[in-house]
Amino acid sequence: MAELALALLLVGLGPAGAVWPQPQLVRESPGRCRLSPGRFRFGYARSSAVGPGCAVLDQAFRRYWRLLRDAGPRTPEDTRPWEPLCAELLVSVATPHCDGFPDMDSVESYKLSTSEDLSLLSSESVWGALRGLETFSQLVWRDEDGTFYLNKTDIVDFPRFAHRGLLLDTSRHYLPLRAILETLDVMAYNKFNVFHWHIVDDPSFPYESAAFPELSRKGAYNPATHVYTLNDVKLVIEYARLRGIRVISEFDTPGHTLSWGPGAPGLLTPCYAGLIPSGAYGPVNPILNTTYQFMTEFFREVSTVFPDFYLHLGGDEVDFTCWRSNPEIQAFMQQMGFGQDYAKLESFYIQRLLDIISSYGKGYVVWQEVFDNGVKVKPDTIIHVWRENAGPYQQEVAQVTKAGYRALLSAPWYLNRISYGQDWQTAYQVEPLEFEGSLEQKELVIGGEACMWGEYVDVTNLTPRLWPRAGAIAERLWSNKTVTDLQDAYIRLADFRCMLLRRGIQAQPLFTGYCDAEYSGL
Amino acid sequence: MQGQRRAMEPARLFLGLLCASAALAASSLHQRPPQPELLLEEEEPELGESPSGSLWPLPRSLRILPGQLQLAPARFQLVHGPGSTAGPGCALLQDAFRRYYEYIFGYSKWQNRGQRPLPTGTELLQLQVVIGSKDSECENYPNISSNEAYQLSVTEPVAVLRAEKVWGALRGLETFSQLVYEDDYGSFLINESEITDYPRFAHRGILLDTSRHFLPLKSILTNLDAMAFNKFNVLHWHIVDDHSFPYQSATFPDLSGKGSYSYDHIYTPTDVRLVIDYARLRGIRVIPEFDSPGHTQSWGKGQKDLLTPCFNGEHRSGSYGPVNPILNTTYHFMTDLFKEISGVFPDAYIHLGGDEVDFTCWKSNPDVTEFMKQQGFGIDYAKLESYYIQKILDIVSSANKGYIVWQEVFDKGVKIKPDTIVEVWIGTLYTAELSRVTGAGFTTILAAPWYLDYISYGQDWKKYYSVEPLNFPGCEKQKKLVIGGEACLWGEFVDATNLTPRLWPRASAVGERLWSSKNVTNIRDAYNRLVKHRCRMLRRGIAAEPLFVGYCDHEYRGL
Repeated sequence: MAELALALLLVGLGPAGAVWPQPQLVRESPGRCRLSPGRFRFGYARSSAVGPGCAVLDQAFRRYWRLLRDAGPRTPEDTRPWEPLCAELLVSVATPHCDGFPDMDSVESYKLSTSEDLSLLSSESVWGALRGLETFSQLVWRDEDGTFYLNKTDIVDFPRFAHRGLLLDTSRHYLPLRAILETLDVMAYNKFNVFHWHIVDDPSFPYESAAFPELSRKGAYNPATHVYTLNDVKLVIEYARLRGIRVISEFDTPGHTLSWGPGAPGLLTPCYAGLIPSGAYGPVNPILNTTYQFMTEFFREVSTVFPDFYLHLGGDEVDFTCWRSNPEIQAFMQQMGFGQDYAKLESFYIQRLLDIISSYGKGYVVWQEVFDNGVKVKPDTIIHVWRENAGPYQQEVAQVTKAGYRALLSAPWYLNRISYGQDWQTAYQVEPLEFEGSLEQKELVIGGEACMWGEYVDVTNLTPRLWPRAGAIAERLWSNKTVTDLQDAYIRLADFRCMLLRRGIQAQPLFTGYCDAEYSGL
Repeated sequence: MQGQRRAMEPARLFLGLLCASAALAASSLHQRPPQPELLLEEEEPELGESPSGSLWPLPRSLRILPGQLQLAPARFQLVHGPGSTAGPGCALLQDAFRRYYEYIFGYSKWQNRGQRPLPTGTELLQLQVVIGSKDSECENYPNISSNEAYQLSVTEPVAVLRAEKVWGALRGLETFSQLVYEDDYGSFLINESEITDYPRFAHRGILLDTSRHFLPLKSILTNLDAMAFNKFNVLHWHIVDDHSFPYQSATFPDLSGKGSYSYDHIYTPTDVRLVIDYARLRGIRVIPEFDSPGHTQSWGKGQKDLLTPCFNGEHRSGSYGPVNPILNTTYHFMTDLFKEISGVFPDAYIHLGGDEVDFTCWKSNPDVTEFMKQQGFGIDYAKLESYYIQKILDIVSSANKGYIVWQEVFDKGVKIKPDTIVEVWIGTLYTAELSRVTGAGFTTILAAPWYLDYISYGQDWKKYYSVEPLNFPGCEKQKKLVIGGEACLWGEFVDATNLTPRLWPRASAVGERLWSSKNVTNIRDAYNRLVKHRCRMLRRGIAAEPLFVGYCDHEYRGL
């Protein structure tokens, strides 16, 4: 019975209502036109400040034209010659910037109005135009005969949060470039705009550094095959840019650095068993000048390679056991008057690291421990809230924003944690601003990130585990606060997931059922 | 096939008398509750070398000697050995030879290597396969009694694989392929070894559900490959259910015509044939499940009056319940359908389901109520279910098939024939259920602890691995009635997009439990072997997901 009701609703809603994530304002009027993928064209409006030659849009036109073309088998033209044909979509961008990178302040709003003779998409920036093109592509629907239609629709749209990210972990398991690029494609379909690249960690160091080639030579799983070359990284960044996605790299220190050790002798703290070194290594050694010389050089490179203003510096889960065991560190602690408070030592390290990063004109994001441990951070630091079990995350968000820092939410969105059933609903029902705090505090929440940590994830299961589950978070971060109807979301998300399959993405099912075009990439 | 199955009967008949009854109160839980999530600690297992290399599942008896032999891809051959009752006319083995040559050598650029002669005494030139029994069973279908035992002896200059039947040879070929490894210089090496191997349980199954989501043929075939890599020997094909009816029946084409998700979501007779043949060539039986009287919503669309009309007070509510057990037409239909199914599926067994029958609709229907009265069933609807099942069992018996049923059929006291196989699936108190079922003398298959559709965070394969199927109260004879188990991947949340990584290598844990000796329980050793086995599956094109942090030399290329 429930299923029946759902089916009826689906018909009533009409395919054109199904846009994911839900735009801020949609108005449908009577009237529609047929769309012939072969004849339809995308172009620049005369009023547009950017025109042919703008790579971001030129390439987007081609991408979306292809998606239209491949959306299904061609049908004989003119089966319904009495219905008007949609002609073209003209795009008008107000600011003439085309070659830059998207950033935290990019304006992603757009207006879209479709009708039979002319559809118009206008936006402040090319980034908004990209979002509008995605929406446009989702408005096109097919009837049972395979004819494409576009309903007369007006849309005004803008993101609720500026930072809508997705974290991939390429250290626990190496992800081939094609997996990352495909993820960027699907991020664009979901209007995500930040790729948080947790590129190195304890298990492996796949980033090929020009300044310190030994890092990946000795720290990668396999230095020939399981590495990202400079070209790979550039490709990812450009591929992301063309989709309006920022790439924020994370080189997490001082913990989570075991893989750095083999390629950077002296960088990690030697742990002691009693009076002698045990042979094991701990976090980055914070008491040596060479450490900071290394970090200065290393982050000089990272700051250049990654164009985004922000670097993610990690700073999470620093285990003090090894530091405690090391006599030289003990001596240093005494000398500095830190007593037994190793958080002070951590703070000492982070402080110097932040100074290095600042000197390159970069901003930084850090995991919440840096804030929790009382490290003095600059006022423009972004605190990334991730801990699920250390009390309610809402409290942490309240504290972070109360202290005047900007907050980024991930705690409820660890997608690597799987469970039986429709867990997308749990992610969907999170309200990021539901915490005790003033209006000013709420404004400090700049967004959130879906995290896919890699302990149990590699190229074999990444895509189905990520999609469409991450879609739930995408809508939470883009759409209006009032968009919370689970049943409506289910219908649109199931539909969106079928669209992903049509686009060749191995997105897993939400529940029982089928798609007209099933996944065939097996 | 039939004879062998029936030969087991007399022993079973007396079991109830010989064994102390270990029966406990019947479980009343008749749905599939997700098991409470076992919070596995996030330990970081140290990856090490197992003395048994990458063998999975571990053979019963294994001696690996230090002596290494080299295999030259250009020279090495898989051949029929002298005295074998199977020869080049045995297509099953011919196909297997080609397949395993490919698995052993096919993934490297070896073409330019290994042409130079190797020092004498260090090269393995052949694997000779010798089938001992007069009837190699090359043309047969595998069955519950198929002999899968083999002996493998790897010595210079030829290795010999001995098996009574082709089924043992298939298992031995898999083992042989797992013994070969590549060194850092790209040479293919094998250690001198002696292996005697046979399965602990005869029924080692995987359940795939093609009703909640349709699985394209390619998914099914890929998983038959992976099953062979893990020495599974039964595909339990839960082919239809409430949601869709993808099986195209020649007798009742409307069943899939109206009950499938779409025209694209159908298994034609040719498709079914292909699955059965593909499975046979890998020593795998295909047991179809046509579950009734519950789980049949999709049947109703193409077969008028088959399902019970539910009532809302005095009027039909428009919805339908289980199969209508009071009409003769129901049994005519079932007779014809199961006659067809018995012809299409060669296995001696059909799975008849019988789980989770909801009585609400039957209770609402005045005709059913009337019938109950007439039959003297009172208000005991289990009796009505029993009545129905009884008739279905008779129908299937007359088609000369044996049957498997889900545990409820036994729990509700349906009178079933002594040779019925009861599949235990309810997670709570399944050991008590095993006691009861075997105490009553029935053969049983265990699925309860192996519902792989219940995913959780972490290395849940350990949970599946740690199950000991015979760990239930009962005497020796009862234990013998446990003929195996099945890893079930129900389809509510699974389709072609996530099937393979969700199933493998988690099902491998069940594969080893059902094949290897009871005392093979060392988790660390298992981890070391399974990591390698998983990498090998990747090389063979199976998108098996990782167990934990790490990498494979050859990562999955399919994306």
